[in-house]
Amino acid sequence: MYRYDEFDHAFVSARVEQFKDQVERRLAGELTEEQFRPLRLMNGVYLQLHAYMLRVAIPYGTLSGRQMHKLAHIARRYDRGYGHFTTRQNIQYNWPALSDMPAVLDELASVEMHALQTSGNCIRNVTADHFAGAAADEVADPRPYAEILRQWSSMHPEFSYLPRKFKIAVTGADRDRAAIQVHDIGLHLKKNEAGELGFAVYIGGGQGRTPMVAKKIRDFLPIEDLLTYTTAIVRVYNLHGRRDNKYKARIKILVHETGTEEITRQVEAEWQAIKDTDLKMPQQDVDAIDNYFRMPDLPQRPEGWSQLAISRKADPSFARWVDQNVTPHKNPDYGVVTISLKPIGGIPGDATDAQMDLVADIAEKFSNDEIRVSHEQNLVLPHVAIADLRIVYDLLLTDGLATANAGLITDIIACPGLDYCALANARSIPVAQRISERFGQPERQADIGELKIKISGCINACGHHHVGHIGILGVEKKGEELYQISLGGSGDEICTIGDITGRGFSSEEIVDAVETIVDRYLLVRTDKEETFLATYRRLGAAPFKDALYNETANAA
Amino acid sequence: MSVKVLTANRLTDGEAVWLGANGEWLDHIDGALVARHAEAVAALEEAGKAAIKSNLVIDVNVIDVEERGTNLYPLRLRERIRQLGPTIRLDLGKQAEKTSANAA
Repeated sequence: MYRYDEFDHAFVSARVEQFKDQVERRLAGELTEEQFRPLRLMNGVYLQLHAYMLRVAIPYGTLSGRQMHKLAHIARRYDRGYGHFTTRQNIQYNWPALSDMPAVLDELASVEMHALQTSGNCIRNVTADHFAGAAADEVADPRPYAEILRQWSSMHPEFSYLPRKFKIAVTGADRDRAAIQVHDIGLHLKKNEAGELGFAVYIGGGQGRTPMVAKKIRDFLPIEDLLTYTTAIVRVYNLHGRRDNKYKARIKILVHETGTEEITRQVEAEWQAIKDTDLKMPQQDVDAIDNYFRMPDLPQRPEGWSQLAISRKADPSFARWVDQNVTPHKNPDYGVVTISLKPIGGIPGDATDAQMDLVADIAEKFSNDEIRVSHEQNLVLPHVAIADLRIVYDLLLTDGLATANAGLITDIIACPGLDYCALANARSIPVAQRISERFGQPERQADIGELKIKISGCINACGHHHVGHIGILGVEKKGEELYQISLGGSGDEICTIGDITGRGFSSEEIVDAVETIVDRYLLVRTDKEETFLATYRRLGAAPFKDALYNETANAA
Repeated sequence: MSVKVLTANRLTDGEAVWLGANGEWLDHIDGALVARHAEAVAALEEAGKAAIKSNLVIDVNVIDVEERGTNLYPLRLRERIRQLGPTIRLDLGKQAEKTSANAA
């Protein structure tokens, strides 16, 4: 894992001191709210419905046990004993007092963490594949490049007041687990025919009010050009992105209005002017960062496979968890464990302080002291020996963390919605809870197979509803919550924006509507191997609309 | 009939508060100053502007409520959730304080 150097420590400490002073001046009345608001947002402090909210950055979703223990401590001491892991691989605290913020930031700095650039019109926390550095299908670990981008973008003088927020995601496998095509910049780390590493570069993706799939503007960018090329993209955006209309200010609108060909020409022209300047990365600098992320020395543990076979046979619940939540590791004696934060009927992404401490303890003992946060609001233990799966499972079971539903219908993404968020129009979490309860029975979930439901409580789409296989968007209509359904969205390497089915459903109707869609899928799929998404892509919306609205699909 | 009250969040901890008839900011909507006609609403709006200057609260808004018996019932779900707490965590927010006060 990356460790702060002297510069990082000094930089974060200076920012904590600066914010401490700003909070004191605000509380003393020397700063008005108008003056203070942009300052607090730059430090991750929002105002929600019930209290302030602090959003803490977890760069590319990677954490050590010590850092997770600190997050637990903050939840216990400054909040109400829990935190909410978000679709941006961050954690949010829902109840901290403004007067406590400097102390919380001090605590975070002590474990090399901060809340910088988790808000504001700047380059936000860079996200990455949550299985990075561990997954068997990975070409190369994307995190060194996410870390390079973090260092480059932190307090970037040119890019601190962009037209709008700017999100970058990086993946290092052909299977896109980081949803890179719905980011402002998506980077796909891959090898060319000569075996050299580089990036396919996508720009202009995003969700929100105007969802767009990103456009690929370069098929292969050499590693040394990462920062010069990214600078060229963000510079073109900073110069030409719209500042007259907040809703048209993201780079996706610029790309759309300018045209992919022309924007590519502008980026390339800018790049030609700067490609051989100081930002061109020497290999030794890349190697120095890369070294922090090298695969740990994992001892051989071949005994695990026979033990696993015995344990699986003896305990069907354990077998189900292994099948669903453990994925292949680069080292065949190890597995990548997804810890579901989606207990049946629970709140997606929430973890108590005790659960965070437990995960930290398990990671320290059984996962080389590494934890990941996924954009699907789960936690990941990236390096668990197959021989230790049983004991890890038993430990997770002690505090409700062994739900065997990764990738299934109850593994729902949901934004905080109107239960907390000042921007929301409708609640998301209660809908997720009721869907989870409806489909929670293990055999039923297994029969349905892979199905990603994603729920947002407003058009900003923090719950990624546009790329849900079934997406749900909550709106307010005549004072009531109303839920629109979209189908066929996907955030993976074949990225698609879901199609809205038609009229929305009331809070009372929405779970039945989802069940209607699922039942129709079970009826029309070719066999159990054909996933919901594959079925939708084969048949389109007609059979599902027919089921929902009782229309004849092909009336003519 | 819909009437109006003034609500905000307290500067120090962000707690939802309502302007009371006594001019204090209250932790609960009960006892909030009710504006029943246009002039009174204008006075609330003025009070809101003064409150921001006084540096006690932020995000000040006039909201619609209905008088139901002796209770004030916010018309928007958003305001009802602010008044009580998250609907998914009845152990948190003002609803929890009320429950524990009732239990005591």
